[in-house]
Amino acid sequence: MMEEVKDVSAGSVHGDTIKVTEVLQDGDTLTFIIVSQKLSGTGEYHVDRTYDDFEWLQQHLYTQEDVPGIQGVIFPPLPVRPQVNASAKVMKQLGFLALGEWQPYCRALETFLQQVVAHRLLSKNPALELFLTSADPPGRQKIKKNLFNRLSQAMEEMRKEGHKDVDEFFQTVRDQNLQLTGSSRTAAEKFLDVVLTEQKIAVACGHFSAALHLCVEPGQDPDHKAFSRVCVKLSEVFDSMRKSMMSFSLNDLNTLGLGLDLESRHLEAEKEMLFRRTCKLVELESARRNAERAKPVRKAAMEEVKKASETEFEQICEVAKQEPLSARPCGNAAEESDSVV
Amino acid sequence: PKQDSLMDDDPEDLFAGATEEVSLDSPERDVLLSDGPSPAITPITPPTSVIAPRIGHAHDDMFTHSSFDEIEEEEGGDSFDVHISVSDPEKVGDGMNAYMAYKVSTKTSLSVFKQRDFSVKRRFSDFLGLHSKLASKYLHIGYIVPPAPEKSIVGMTKVKVGKEDQSSNEFVEKRRSALERYLMRTVKHPILLKDPDVLQFLENSELPRAVNTQALSSAGILRMVNKAADAVNKMTIKMNESDAWFEEKQQHFENLDVQLRKLHASVESLVCHRKELSVNTAQFAKSAAMLGNSEDHTALSRALSQLAEVEEKIDQLHQDQANADFYLFSELLGDYVRLITAGGSGDLELYFYFIFFRIRGVFDHRIKTWQKWQDSQVLLLKKREAEAKLQFTNKPDKLQQAKDEIKELEGKVQQGERDFEQISKIIRKEVGRFEKERVKDFKTIIVKYLESLVQTQQQLIKYWEAFLPEAKAIS
Repeated sequence: MMEEVKDVSAGSVHGDTIKVTEVLQDGDTLTFIIVSQKLSGTGEYHVDRTYDDFEWLQQHLYTQEDVPGIQGVIFPPLPVRPQVNASAKVMKQLGFLALGEWQPYCRALETFLQQVVAHRLLSKNPALELFLTSADPPGRQKIKKNLFNRLSQAMEEMRKEGHKDVDEFFQTVRDQNLQLTGSSRTAAEKFLDVVLTEQKIAVACGHFSAALHLCVEPGQDPDHKAFSRVCVKLSEVFDSMRKSMMSFSLNDLNTLGLGLDLESRHLEAEKEMLFRRTCKLVELESARRNAERAKPVRKAAMEEVKKASETEFEQICEVAKQEPLSARPCGNAAEESDSVV
Repeated sequence: PKQDSLMDDDPEDLFAGATEEVSLDSPERDVLLSDGPSPAITPITPPTSVIAPRIGHAHDDMFTHSSFDEIEEEEGGDSFDVHISVSDPEKVGDGMNAYMAYKVSTKTSLSVFKQRDFSVKRRFSDFLGLHSKLASKYLHIGYIVPPAPEKSIVGMTKVKVGKEDQSSNEFVEKRRSALERYLMRTVKHPILLKDPDVLQFLENSELPRAVNTQALSSAGILRMVNKAADAVNKMTIKMNESDAWFEEKQQHFENLDVQLRKLHASVESLVCHRKELSVNTAQFAKSAAMLGNSEDHTALSRALSQLAEVEEKIDQLHQDQANADFYLFSELLGDYVRLITAGGSGDLELYFYFIFFRIRGVFDHRIKTWQKWQDSQVLLLKKREAEAKLQFTNKPDKLQQAKDEIKELEGKVQQGERDFEQISKIIRKEVGRFEKERVKDFKTIIVKYLESLVQTQQQLIKYWEAFLPEAKAIS
């Protein structure tokens, strides 16, 4: 498990205290207010950030060149870009995060930041400090997209996903991850359906309650009065059912819904890391073959490439083992198994 | 055959014929509308060639007690002692000739019945046959005859073809429930309870097969009366409603119809979503179970499996609740909307094409009764003028003929006036009865519904409380 980082996580901010307190909407733009406590205990940082700023931060994390084996990191997942009056496709992608007036979305952003701050390797990135503390927006220049962006992976690379591992531990982790990613995504989708239907029921109860109110009849006729009374009472019952259903739905959304969403996105991030490692493995094995088969004139160069590949791979594995992986076969296996290179 | 084409092709003619049938001097009418006791009249079923609203022929019991007033008082508050249940739907026969037979059981202590506890087998067309007889006898003199459940070609075909699935089971259950409510409503009516056709329906082991049920269905009658209402609107002498009560009631029922339709629509939407929730909860339960199986962490895995179980139980609760919503509300409201509008299939859009018949129709009939009375008065006036002129000619035959005609017309005018008063009186009583019943019905249903709601909520709480320790155990 990730160890609690008690001291400086991101320069001057106490990681646990990061909160996305508000979201402001101006036309189509959403701005998030982020509040965090100074480590020095002398107050708070208040900054406003848009999604572009979050992407900026994420890109900087990806391109941290000075950390060996950075590809072995499970990068805290950033939620999909939010859209005001989202299209159906975007609503589906956002899932739970599109509901509840952006409150779950804010929690997801919060979690993202807290996870980055708590990460032993990522927290040292200067971009993070800037993001959390600078009054001005940290910078909007686009950085070149790199391999980390899963969307850019070519189809041929998908074949590698199934490539057999040289390490039993990692093979287990990959298998486990594959299963969990599927199950958790399905569970999240199904639960989203439940939450949405609960909301529909709440709305229907409201309509029924309103329709009952319309049945109230004026006049002194005792039968009419009796009927009106019944209708008013029943209308009240259905109104309270509406409130109750709404509150079920919101509660479900903010607890299990959000939980399933975070879980499934985390598993996706783990999957991506494992894939990067697998790609490196494929590269390594191909480098070895090249080195073996190389003609004497090229041999030395190939050996260099092979050595570099080996080192990179080892580093990635080292880093990966320190990450909070979904499968932890018998505690000590991680330390015991060697890199088997 | 011929009569079907009569029905389907030219309902207008049919109804034109019908108005003439309601002649002002038909002897049977006097029996029904007089206040005194009368000799027994054998019941006549409507002729199959022409469907015409005829004045009813009531069972003699009704008249041995003289007026209707006495009968209504006899009925008394809640000492109504007839209970009917429709049960045991059974498929008889095969293929497209197959039909469902229902067991109709009656438990009663009323003396009008021959036994205290008895049952018979009936099929759907028998119910339609009963309804058409009652409608043709009583509707146009002001009684609010309960409408029969509608035919459904789609629903019934599935059952005939032997499709044993959820939707055809639901269809049979819906129909069974509707038939039961129909019979209960019918016997609750003090006049209809004693009708020989009703008694025959409930008691006789064999019943002659009802024919032309297509034309006799509520929708069929409705089509005819649509035309009648148009005729009423085109009347040359417009009735000045001096009786404010009728004016007010008419408005009241129009409003009520609109309101109930809205309610019906809301409830249908609610029921639909609840069923959806049940399905979604079941699917989520499955996915949670799978997730639990994939998880390594044992406490989490166990909690997820438990969660799946709880969700499965809840899914069943949601289904039960949806059923309660549906049966208690949707059908009840549907019944009432049908009572107020015409025939009414399950299809709400059709309501907008139907003018009110049951209740507004009886109002229309009253207007027509008045119209006839007015017409006779006008005719009488003309005849008197003609007679006056004849006085000065030397045509004793013609004069005598004129005098005879006038005498006849005077009788008609008096009868017309009596008819009008009678129908007005009956309608007032019927409306009063309907209003009381409506409130009672609603109250009963609502109490049942709320009780079921409370139970559901309590059960929900129990399930979640049982789950809590599992959730807490996840380290």
